[in-house]
Amino acid sequence: MILPLARRALAGAAVVAGVVALTFVLLRLAPGDPVEQLVGPAATPEQAALQRHALGLDRPLPVQFAAWLGRFARGDWGRSIVTGRAVRGLLGDAVPATLELAGLSLILTYLLGLAVGAVQASVGPRLDTALSVTTVTLFALPGYWLGLALIIVFTYWGRALPAFGAAGLDADALTGWSRLADRLRHLALPLATLTLIGIGGTARFVRGAMRDVLTQPFVRAARAKGLSPFQVTRRHVARNALIPVITLLGLSLPALFSGTVFVEAVFAWPGVGRRLVEAVQARDYPVVMGATVVSAVLVVAGNFLADLAAVWIDPRMRQPGRET
Amino acid sequence: MRPLLRDRRAAFGLAVLAIVAAAGVAAPLVTGGRPTAQGDIVATRFLPPLAGDRAGGFHVLGTDRFGRDVWTRLVYGARVSLAVGTLAVLLSIALGVAVGAAVGFGPGLVQLPLLALTDFALALPRVVLLLVLAALWRPSAALVVIVLGLTGWMPVARLVQAEVRSLAVRPFVESAVALGSSRGRVLWRHILPNALTPVIVAAALGLGNAITLEAGLSFLGLGVQPPAPSWGNMIASGRDTLVNAPWVAAAPGMALVLVVVACTLLGDALQDAWNPERRHSLTPPRAVSARPR
Repeated sequence: MILPLARRALAGAAVVAGVVALTFVLLRLAPGDPVEQLVGPAATPEQAALQRHALGLDRPLPVQFAAWLGRFARGDWGRSIVTGRAVRGLLGDAVPATLELAGLSLILTYLLGLAVGAVQASVGPRLDTALSVTTVTLFALPGYWLGLALIIVFTYWGRALPAFGAAGLDADALTGWSRLADRLRHLALPLATLTLIGIGGTARFVRGAMRDVLTQPFVRAARAKGLSPFQVTRRHVARNALIPVITLLGLSLPALFSGTVFVEAVFAWPGVGRRLVEAVQARDYPVVMGATVVSAVLVVAGNFLADLAAVWIDPRMRQPGRET
Repeated sequence: MRPLLRDRRAAFGLAVLAIVAAAGVAAPLVTGGRPTAQGDIVATRFLPPLAGDRAGGFHVLGTDRFGRDVWTRLVYGARVSLAVGTLAVLLSIALGVAVGAAVGFGPGLVQLPLLALTDFALALPRVVLLLVLAALWRPSAALVVIVLGLTGWMPVARLVQAEVRSLAVRPFVESAVALGSSRGRVLWRHILPNALTPVIVAAALGLGNAITLEAGLSFLGLGVQPPAPSWGNMIASGRDTLVNAPWVAAAPGMALVLVVVACTLLGDALQDAWNPERRHSLTPPRAVSARPR
């Protein structure tokens, strides 16, 4: 059981390394570089060349990559070309914001998605169809559009919830409960956007997984030996249906991260996704590289945790020859 | 085909896609104006839905901040969204089928590297790659097609590979080999035609996915560039006028949701038709059910 997990961890590290190398090459392959924006249109070619030399952008690509890798490994992630801020500090502020949003959304999505899916698998066809129509619609909503719709309703019409940022302008002056309330009010709309869409996909999947399990002979056996419907659902159906659901959890992490990129853009949420979008648009090489590493690590680590969870929940995965 | 049409989900999905595609293709017939036409901007901007302007024009869905007719832009935007989505899905299917077939039936030499490549590409955070690719080159519809195609082939490759593997040991394939057909011919004439059903399901679900992503990239300003209309950049431009003209962002968003719902339902129905013992179970194929939000 240790060996396959170690193999998984190694594969994850390889993916991160691949993403980083790929991003580095793509950044340099693309036409244009940050110096053009940095020195401005009035600069002479000599000034641009000087600045390019200062940033090390005139050296051969492998040398640049090796130099970046060496500095990165020593903890020097470079400075943002646009703002001059240290990339580590920049991302250090952003990671908790993204984890807060994505983590809470993941928990809510799975709790509510499991509940809706389980209800659908056990009620009559009328309610099932109605809920299916709802979940497929939620599943189809693009996050940035749902976000805008929520902003219209709750911010402009309802005047109830803020639509931008993670905290109010006066957040530093607040203390205790009012500070927490301020944060929660800012969290409400982005979290609702991510979660509503996530519930659609999760509930659809849970419903299918539970229906699949319901047709299994061991469910009939459990009913035949006289267990109550609740016991059958809880002990036999839900447990087995959870296995594919946990696997989906791992697979949906990249999707969740994609979702936060768009939601962060809409709600000006100060997370990794927003930093990445800004940096990519401004050709801010050091920030793009740092944000790419962070997002790749987040996604790969999430997948790894989902693998661990699958092993934990399904004893069969612990037996040799069953690892996948 | 007929049992498929009896499935309400398939009928709905096909009908919506057919109507939207027809409207897009026949855009000049469905609407009078050009998507970029703008007259006296001050007089015609932000007209609410069902309003007429002084020049005698009638705007079913109102006008945007440049006085452009939202309905006209919606219809021409359908062209862009459907075309980009379809081409991207075709590209990813071509790549996926090629890789899947090579892994499933190709020489041993190419199998392992391609398998490793598929696993690697599947684990990449797609949106990060999309952002980097789309932001670095001059944004255009063609770039979006290529980028979406290059980042979307892996689930198809997985499906095709599994299907090809299981078909390769079936008696009719063995008999074709025994009759002296070349491997290439066996693959092309006997295996691939039988392996395409799951690909069709993946295509239907992938189309919705690609349309959402195209709109997402255009929304971030990295896709189809204004003034050319795309549903994504229409939503983005409506974002600035949410308060006084919510219809500018609402119309393309609803169209987008409708089309994606249609694709999803069609995919579900195809899945059930292909795999009757799992009928009524809505479990989408795992590899394609995780989609960006």
